[in-house]
Amino acid sequence: MRGYAAIVVVVALLAAVPLVVHSNVLLNFLVVTLMIALAGQGWNIIGGYGGQYSFGHAAFFGTGAYVTAILQMRYGVNAWLGCAAGIAAGGVVGAIIGGLAFRAGLRTSYFALVTLAFAEVLRIVASVVPITGAGVGILIKLDLRAQSFQFQSRTAFYLVILSLVAAALVIAQKLEHSRFGTWLVAVRENEDAALALGVDATRVKLGAMVISAAITAAAGCFYAQYFLFIDAPIAYGAWISIEALLTPIIGGVGTVFGAVVGALVVKSLGEGAKLMTGDVPGLDLMIYGAMLVLVVAFAPRGLVGAFADARARLMRRLASARKSVVEVTRG
Amino acid sequence: MFSPLILITAVINGLLIGAVYALVALGLTLIYGVLHIINFAHGALLSAALFAAFMAYQKLGIDPYLATFLIAPSFFVLGYALQRFIIGPASHGDDRNMLLVTLGLAVLIENALLYAFRADTRTIDLAYSFKTIDVGFTFLSLPRVISFIAAFVVASVLWLVMTVTDTGKAIRAVAKEKLGAELAGIDVAHVYAITFGLGTACVAIAACLLVPTYYVNPSAGNAFILIAFTIVVLGGMGSVPGALIGGLAIGVVESLSGFFLGESLGQVGIFLIFIVVLLVRPRGLFGASA
Repeated sequence: MRGYAAIVVVVALLAAVPLVVHSNVLLNFLVVTLMIALAGQGWNIIGGYGGQYSFGHAAFFGTGAYVTAILQMRYGVNAWLGCAAGIAAGGVVGAIIGGLAFRAGLRTSYFALVTLAFAEVLRIVASVVPITGAGVGILIKLDLRAQSFQFQSRTAFYLVILSLVAAALVIAQKLEHSRFGTWLVAVRENEDAALALGVDATRVKLGAMVISAAITAAAGCFYAQYFLFIDAPIAYGAWISIEALLTPIIGGVGTVFGAVVGALVVKSLGEGAKLMTGDVPGLDLMIYGAMLVLVVAFAPRGLVGAFADARARLMRRLASARKSVVEVTRG
Repeated sequence: MFSPLILITAVINGLLIGAVYALVALGLTLIYGVLHIINFAHGALLSAALFAAFMAYQKLGIDPYLATFLIAPSFFVLGYALQRFIIGPASHGDDRNMLLVTLGLAVLIENALLYAFRADTRTIDLAYSFKTIDVGFTFLSLPRVISFIAAFVVASVLWLVMTVTDTGKAIRAVAKEKLGAELAGIDVAHVYAITFGLGTACVAIAACLLVPTYYVNPSAGNAFILIAFTIVVLGGMGSVPGALIGGLAIGVVESLSGFFLGESLGQVGIFLIFIVVLLVRPRGLFGASA
C-alpha cells in the first residue's frame, strides 16, 4: 500500500501546482512534460519491466494521434471516443509488432532494429497516403468545448494529462505486485531460466507490449487534442521514440516513478539551456544525449535508483554511527 | 512504354550508389560482428565525416578524394577513443547499455553539428562534380564511378587486413570466441576499440566519396543509416561479403522501386525487405547464426 500512497502524494502535489502557478508558459511546460512522461511510462512497461528496448515507440504515439484526428475530422466521431479508439489502435499495433518480433525470437539489437523499422515504415506511409493528409498533415477543427476534448484553459488540459499519468502510474504499481509483472521481470532477467520454469515468455512479452503501446498511444491522442495539428514527422518521428526511451532510462528504468522523474529533469534541463542561450537549435538535444550516456555510465538504475542507493548508504552510515555512539557510551 | 536501356541505366546507377551504401554497411557489420551490437551512432558519425570533408575543402582547399587520407585516419582514432573511453566503460559489458550509449552519442553528435553549423544544407562545387562518362548507351556520373571503384578497393584492403595481419586475426578470434581470445592473451578492450575505429574509418571514407555529389547537413547521415541497417540485416550481421552484395542489391532495389513507385514510396520497399528479412531469416542471407 505504500506504493499507492506515494502515487497519491505525488499526484496530489502535481494537482496543486495550478493553484499556485498561474503562468501559462509554466503550465504549458508541465503539460508537455507530463505528456512525454506518459509516453515514457508506456516504454517503461516493455522496456523497463520487460527488458525489451524498443527504438520505435513512435509507431504507437503516432497511431494514437492519427486515429484520434482521422476519426474526428474524416468521420465526425466524438473526440473522446476518437481518443479511446486511438488508444485501442495503439494496442493493436503493439500486438502486431510484438507478435511478429517476439515470435521470430528477436532480442536486443534485432528488436531495436525491427521496432525502429516499423516506425519508419509508418512514417513514410503516413506522409504519402491521402487519409492522413499526406505531407500536409491534419488540422483538428477548433471547438473549445469539454465534450470535444478541447478546453479554454490550460489548467483543464493539465488535469487531463495528469489523470492519464496517474492511471499509468497505477498500472505500473499494479504490475509490480502482480504475477504477470513477476513473470515479466523474470523474462527480463533471464529468459531461458523463465522458460524452464514454465513461463510463456512470448505471451508475457506480448501482453506487456500491448499495455506499453496503449499507454504511449494515449500520449499521442493527447498530443493531437492539445496541439490540434499532426503530420508524419511529428506523429511518427524519431524524436518521440527517443524521448519515450530517454525519460524512463534517466529517471529510473523499471521503476514506477522513473518516467515522471526523468521527464521533469530532462525537460527542465532542456528548457533551462534554451532560456540561458536564447534558443539555439540542438542544444537541448545535446544535453539529452549527454545525459543518456552519463546516466548509463554512472547511475544504471537512473535517478530514482541513485537516490535510493544514496538513502540506503546514508541509513547505513547513520546506523553504524549510532552503534558506535552506543559502544562509546557503554565503554 | 520505356526502353530496356532506361531500365539498364537505372540498374547501373543503383549499383553505383549501392557501392557507397555497402561501404557504410561494411563499418556497421564489422562492429556488429565483433561487439555484437548495432552502432546507432554510425549515422551521426557519417554526418560528422561529411562535415569534416566539407570543411577540409572549404577552409583548407583540400580535394575530398585527397582528404580521405587525412580524414579516414582521424576518424579511426576518433572511433577507437569513443569505444575505448566512452562506450566500453559506460556500458559495463551489457549489450542493452551499449545500444543506449551509442544512441546517446548519436543524439549528442548530431545536435552538436546542428549547434555548430545550423540546419543549412550545403554542397560543394568541384570541377568534376557533374562530369560524366559516355559508355555508349548512357552516361554515368564520374564521381559515382570513382566511389564505386574506391568502395571495392577499401573492401579488399579490409579483407586483407582481416586475413593476413595479426590484428585481423585477433579481431576474428574475439568475434568467434571472446573468452577464449582473452585467455590466449588478446586484449579484448583494445580489439573492440580497433574494430570500432575501423568501422568509423569506413564511414569516413564513404563520406569523402559522397561529398562531391551529395549534400551536407547535420542529419544527412540518417538517410544512409537506415539503408545500412537493412543491408547489414539482409547480408547477415557480421558478414563482410554479405554487406557488399547486400549493398549492391539494395542500391538496385532502391533505384528500381524509385523508378516504378516514385521517390518516397521507393523507400518503403527497402524497409519492407528489412522487416521481412528480420522476421523470416534474422541471420540474413550470408550470416552464420542470429
